[in-house]
Formats: sequence, structure tokens, C-alpha cells
Amino acid sequence: MATFTHAEVRRIADLARLAFSDAEAERLAQELDHLLAYVAQLNELDTRAVEPTAHALPLATPLRPDEPEPPLAPELAFGNAPQREGTAFFVPKVIDGDEG
Amino acid sequence: MVERLGTLRELRDALAARAISSQQLVAQALERAVAGKSLHHYVGLRSKAALAEAAATDARRASGAARSPLDGVPIAIKDNMVQRGEATTCASRILEGFVSPYDSGVVEKLAAAGLIVIGRTNMDEFAMGSSTEHSIYGSAHNPWDLERTPGGSSGGSAGAVAFGSVPAALGSDTGGSIRQPAACCGVVGLKPTYGRVSRWGLVAFASSLDQIGPLARTTEDCALLLQVIAGHDRRDSTSLPEPVPDYTAALTGDVSDLVIGIPVEYFNAEGVDPEVLRCVRTAVVELEKAGAKTREVSLPHLRYAIATYYLLATAEASSNLARYDGVRYGRRAQDVRDLHELYRKTRSEGFGAEVKRRILLGTFVLSSGYYDAYYRKAQQVRTLLRRDFEEAFRSCNIIATPTAPEVAFRLGEKSDDPLTMYLSDVYTVSVNLAGIPGISLPCGFAHGMPVGLQLLGRALEEAVLLRTADAYQRRSDWHTRTPPEVA
Repeated sequence: MATFTHAEVRRIADLARLAFSDAEAERLAQELDHLLAYVAQLNELDTRAVEPTAHALPLATPLRPDEPEPPLAPELAFGNAPQREGTAFFVPKVIDGDEG
Repeated sequence: MVERLGTLRELRDALAARAISSQQLVAQALERAVAGKSLHHYVGLRSKAALAEAAATDARRASGAARSPLDGVPIAIKDNMVQRGEATTCASRILEGFVSPYDSGVVEKLAAAGLIVIGRTNMDEFAMGSSTEHSIYGSAHNPWDLERTPGGSSGGSAGAVAFGSVPAALGSDTGGSIRQPAACCGVVGLKPTYGRVSRWGLVAFASSLDQIGPLARTTEDCALLLQVIAGHDRRDSTSLPEPVPDYTAALTGDVSDLVIGIPVEYFNAEGVDPEVLRCVRTAVVELEKAGAKTREVSLPHLRYAIATYYLLATAEASSNLARYDGVRYGRRAQDVRDLHELYRKTRSEGFGAEVKRRILLGTFVLSSGYYDAYYRKAQQVRTLLRRDFEEAFRSCNIIATPTAPEVAFRLGEKSDDPLTMYLSDVYTVSVNLAGIPGISLPCGFAHGMPVGLQLLGRALEEAVLLRTADAYQRRSDWHTRTPPEVA
């Protein structure tokens, strides 16, 4: 089993789009290491022949007729946008570099 | 201080007898909620809207057009169920300013029955916690002892019901978040079978585990409220199509046909308070006196439940919470150069420490190279736990356990070490993993604080569960105790 290091916290934080100070990363590394040591107890169980459970109850994917229904009004759908231009969400530039 | 509200049934009967109006009830509820403001049970009150709805209700009832017997009764919902035109924050900074453009399935059902939402209740941020301490609004307090937590994450709902500002409230339960606070506050809390109540408009934490349910002072009230909110919703693809039985009709007081399983593992768990066990054992004896049979059952994989739960719940949470990016709704960080920084800064500023910790763990267990070792492994152990319950339920109808290993803990007592906090969920998380229904009801006091008896049932057998809990309440009076009034 892997153990959490400071560098590992940085790598995972980047995947999760989170940023931490050095002190926070240090503390998190310890906490997560502690948690991983705890969950390692699952390795006591031989599960090679056990099917995984994604949902507790057997559910078939329900189907419905593909019929158009009135959508959420654009004014409502965009009403919570922190920044918008008409019916578009406004975001900073996506492409790196000064020329854009 | 304005008097506490009666039970759902009492209010229903008073409204039917025209002994009180909905406007009076809603005003009383609001006034009491404001009087108990320092307990931080509410994060927002709908004073004006609720009073207007009450006036409409009274007019309906006067013209003989009441929507249901509960038309006009005040209720509260947890701050993770959306209501059109109202804020929903999940007690998180990241949802600051969010106003819902639509109603959740449960809010629609409440409205169809005429129940009036007076406000949103406090919770651990995104329902991640067992104490309602991880909230941007501040820690909620337990009405039985203000120095203690009301449990969590539906601590605001449980606290409000115990304090008596509402007769009932809705909570959500991913790993015990209805049952554990119900136990801590001396009220009844029911987590229905996964899929029994629509999750449409419930802000997702761990989608395969989340379920909405009622908290109230009596089992009968839980039955009344479950009747309102249960049922199929085609907008939730995990919603169960089975018809909803008449839950209150099931409350016959007769348990002579039932076998109650006592799982040895639950009673021998490490760290459980002997005083708590004493109350639970006495309650089981009471059910035997009522005619139920008991027998020992075994859930051999129970000790792996917490590890399994925290791997699966954090993995699902890391995926569900990826949507908070500062683009479409909620908080957005300022002064950023590019999109990546917008995401990172928004999320780092918006989420609290516990949420970030869980996102990090969940991202890790789903990340390349670790998926099989952690996530898939936990899903496999989930199968073993599910089979344990299936096997146990072959020889019994109900399983009885403590709800929590100890009474409500003191504020701040467990905030230093996340694992200690997680371990307090030992009796509840397995139930979500198995998808079965569970109820917590008051069964005594230890160290001056309420103790919860947890009863578990087979999938979709809420009626049997409620019948058993009600039979106990017919023979006990713990649920009639109320906390001392706050000065």
C-alpha cells in the first residue's frame, strides 16, 4: 500500500483542483497516511472471487420515451452565474500564453 | 419563551378541529426558532413566505379544500435540499449566493400535502461530519446540553425538532446523518431504503448512499411524514417504482410475529459506552415483553464497514463535488489569470478543511494505479457486508443495535483527529452500504444525555420497522421527555 507523502498530496491536490500551503500539505499528508493505514485492514479479506457492489439494490437503468419537454428557462439557468454575457458563462482565457 | 410545538399528529388534529390556524402555528414556529437562535439550528428562515403560505392554507381549509390532513403544518428542511427561489448552501462558502431555480422532489411533495417550510437547517458542510461543527454558520448546539454537539450531519434538523421549533424536519443520511443526530438529541430519525425517497434536488454527497428521511418526536410522526415524501420520481434514476404502503395503518402495536436479531458484533464493538449498551439491552427486553422473539445473529464483516464506507463515500464525493468550479453558480474567486487558477482558487477558498480532506482522499483512491487497491476493493467488501445482512435477515425481521457508541460528544472534542470522528459512525454506515432502512429512537439516558436504539429492517420493509419502533414507544415514555428550556 502506498503511503502519503508531501509530494503525493501536491500531485493529488492538483488533480482535484485544490491548493494547499506547505504547512497544510504536511498536516494532510500525516492525516491521510493515518487514514490509509486504517483502511489497509481491508487487505485481510480475500475478495478475488467477490463481485463489486456499485449500488446496494439491483436496479435496471430505467428508460423513458425520448420526448422533448420544456427546458429550464435560460434566465433561470444563467441566473446564478457569477459572471455571464447574455446566455453564456464568462470565464478567463483557457489557452496559455500572452498572445492567447 | 414561546411554547414548543406539538407533534405532527397533535397539530394535524388541532387544525382539523379548528382549534388553531396555520398562521398561528407558523408564527409560533418562527418565533421559537428565533428565540433559539443561539443554538444555530437554522441557517435561514422563510418568515414572510411561510406566513403568506399559512394564510393561503387557512383559506383553503376554510373552503374545505385542504390538500391533506397535514396542510398548514410547519416543517424544516436541511440546507442541502433545494427549493425554488430560495438559497441552498450546504453550509458551505462555495454555494454562497446560490438561489435554486427549481424545487427538489421532496419539496414538491411537501407542498402537494400543504406542509410549510419555515427554514433551512444547519449541517456539516456538504453533510460531511458527525457533529454539525463543520459549518460556515458555526456549530449547532444540543438542546439537552449546550456544550455538546447535536450530532451530524443533520444536527440542525435534529436539534430543531428536540428544541420544539418544528414538529418534524427532513434530514439526509449518507452514513448515519439522520439516525446519529436523532439519537444525540433524543428524537426519532428514519433513513428509508435507498431509492424510497427521491434524491432529485438533494445536493449529492455520495450518490450510492445518500437518502432523505424524516426526523420527528414520535415514530407515528415519522410514518406520517414518510407517507408524504416516499414514492417514485422518474427524475431520479435510482428511485424505486414499488408502491408506497400505508405506513400509519401498519402501526398496530403488535410485534408477536416478529423476530429481532441481536448482532453480536455490534454489542462487542470496541469503544462502546457500557451505559449506552445497558439502555439498548433494556429496550430489547421491552420488545420481548411486547411479544417479539429475539435471537443472536452475526454480521462478520461489520468491522470493515467504516474503512469501506470512507473509501466509497470519499470517492463518490470527489466526483460529485467536481462541479463546484466557480463557473455556473456559487462562489467565484477573484483576480485569477486563467481557467485552471479559477478552479483551484475558487475551490480552495470555497471548501472547508474537512471537505477538502475528503475530496483529496477520494481523488487519491480513484487515481490511476490505486483504483483496484482501494476503490474496487471497497466495492467488493461492500458486497460481503450486503450478504451479511441478507444472511442475517433470513432468520429475523428486524436487527436491533445501538445507534451510536456513545452519547453526544462535547463541542470540539473530536475535531483534531478525523479518524476518531469517523469511528463514531461504526453502527450506522453499514446500513447505507447495504441500502436497507434504519430508524433511531430514544431508549433512555446515559450521563444525562439521550441514547438511541437503532432498528434495521429488510429493504422496503419500512412498515415493519415503524411498527416495531411504535410498539416500543407504546411501552416507553423516553420520546415524551423534552430538554430543559434555554434561559
